[in-house]
Amino acid sequence: MNRNVRRRFASMTWLGVMYLLTVLALIPLGLVLWFTVSRGLPSVLHPEFFTNSFRPVGIPGGGIAHAIVGTGILVGLASLMSIPVGILGGVYVAEYAVDPWASWVRLASDVLVGTPSIAIGLFAYALVVVPVHHFSGIAGSVALAILMLPIVIRTAEGAVALIPHGLRESGLALGLPRWRVSLQLILPAAAPGVITGALLAVARASGETAPLLFTSLGNTLFKVDPTQAMQALPLTVYQYALLPYKSLQDQAWGAALVLVVMVLGINLLSRWVLRRQIRLAGQL
Amino acid sequence: MAAAVESASTAMPPARRVPDRFRTVSALVAAAAPAILVVIVVILFQQAAPAVRHFGLGFLTGTEWNPVTDMFGALPAIFGTVSTAFLALVLAVPVGVAVAVVLAEQGQTTLRGILGTGIELLAAIPSVVYGIWALYVLAPWSYQHLELPISDRFGSIGWLSQPGARSLFNASLVLAVMILPTLSAISREVIRAVPRGLKENAVALGATWWETTWRVILPSARAGIFGATILALGRALGETIAVTMVIGNRYAIPPSIFSPAYTLASVIANEFNEATGTLYPAALIELGLVLILVTLVVNIVALLLVRSTSREASRAA
Repeated sequence: MNRNVRRRFASMTWLGVMYLLTVLALIPLGLVLWFTVSRGLPSVLHPEFFTNSFRPVGIPGGGIAHAIVGTGILVGLASLMSIPVGILGGVYVAEYAVDPWASWVRLASDVLVGTPSIAIGLFAYALVVVPVHHFSGIAGSVALAILMLPIVIRTAEGAVALIPHGLRESGLALGLPRWRVSLQLILPAAAPGVITGALLAVARASGETAPLLFTSLGNTLFKVDPTQAMQALPLTVYQYALLPYKSLQDQAWGAALVLVVMVLGINLLSRWVLRRQIRLAGQL
Repeated sequence: MAAAVESASTAMPPARRVPDRFRTVSALVAAAAPAILVVIVVILFQQAAPAVRHFGLGFLTGTEWNPVTDMFGALPAIFGTVSTAFLALVLAVPVGVAVAVVLAEQGQTTLRGILGTGIELLAAIPSVVYGIWALYVLAPWSYQHLELPISDRFGSIGWLSQPGARSLFNASLVLAVMILPTLSAISREVIRAVPRGLKENAVALGATWWETTWRVILPSARAGIFGATILALGRALGETIAVTMVIGNRYAIPPSIFSPAYTLASVIANEFNEATGTLYPAALIELGLVLILVTLVVNIVALLLVRSTSREASRAA
């Protein structure tokens, strides 16, 4: 009797401890969001923050237009390089899952996801910047594309593997060649899941700083030419936050807020697309 | 028709086998992933060659980093990387597993769903945002409310003295916050994969909630949780920006966890653009090579662990 009371008491205590630790975990995570919003909002509320580029300290009206456009171009180019390759690779890994080569691709993608992004930046520096002796947006987007590729491969694979076998078999039974079954039948059915993966990869690439440090380098000017050094949102946050000027630090917080809203927005959008995929797969 | 003629002329077996060209093409495209991985290691090795040749294995044990005299040793950076990552794990793992246990089975389903989604979303926040927060909010707070009180009381112990806002400890603290979402999201999945029958057996035998969790659920999810921990370790080892902003960037093995230090990734981030000559950039790239090889091993071990648990779970289910 006495022992059972003690056991139940111990159980309740541990349950309490677990809840306490959960709350403890949520506090810093909540604080990150709170400070980003509260410190970033004053900058973001000025319209010129989005229309102007860098202004030297002391001249009011500095903005992050150059960084927003730079991030758009860098991530856009990286998407053009990585998403088509990643989708076809993912289709291969899912459709020929029994191939030994497919499991090597899977392992390599998983390892590549965990590779430190600064090392990928060094690689893109050696590959693109060294031969042309010039920092450039292209070098930055190569680094981002390498980051995105394994994410696209693995999520496309997951989406294709969700499609019921019946669809594949009916296509083959009708005499369609393998490539038409995979690309014109399976892939459209898996489209929402594939798009989700591409969006997640875009979100990840938009927030990366380390691979851009020695590739696209950063720029104080508004540039749309990817053969030149280019600014990006995460670079702005990193560079301005470390400067001893209050006005630039405020802009760093503003840029951080824009970045967070963008990344979380893309993530929520991808979740919504994915939910449609699951409903669609249920109907098939 | 044509195939029949062909098979007759080349004496192929009667069953018609069309070569699957799509398989060949897509396999070649998919080869991009393994190819990039190999090329990264090869190119970094090639770029680091001058330093590798000049210092040999002594590079790993050298403690000096002096571009003026061209003396480069990696030990302080390796020490900083490994110690910040491990300290972050010590701080984050108990909390992360508790979150996973609570999210896997406690409370209302809707609330759990919202919290689970929230934690997964937090894993997507860019590291530079954690970095600016750590620099302006976390590090000053931790200096005032953690480092000062601890060093006041235990300052006689060497490695708990000399508090400062830019420190190895604060870098570990922000790393812990950053790896927490990944850690708890994966652990939650692993705990959920534990077959229901096991838990029901324990409850039927009269085990309390804690006894079920501690003696049945966590032991059977052990390998997966360990895998999640190692994946988090991989992320902590390679994290650059947030750590660079708070660790203080001093190239020496720190006397105390409250002193400034340096990590492999931070040295590269801070110095690579200013590195001139041949030996200096090569030495920095060799740091990157050390980093990439360490994380490669850590990640492969983690992947094998997580895979073996999910395979076990699907076999048991």
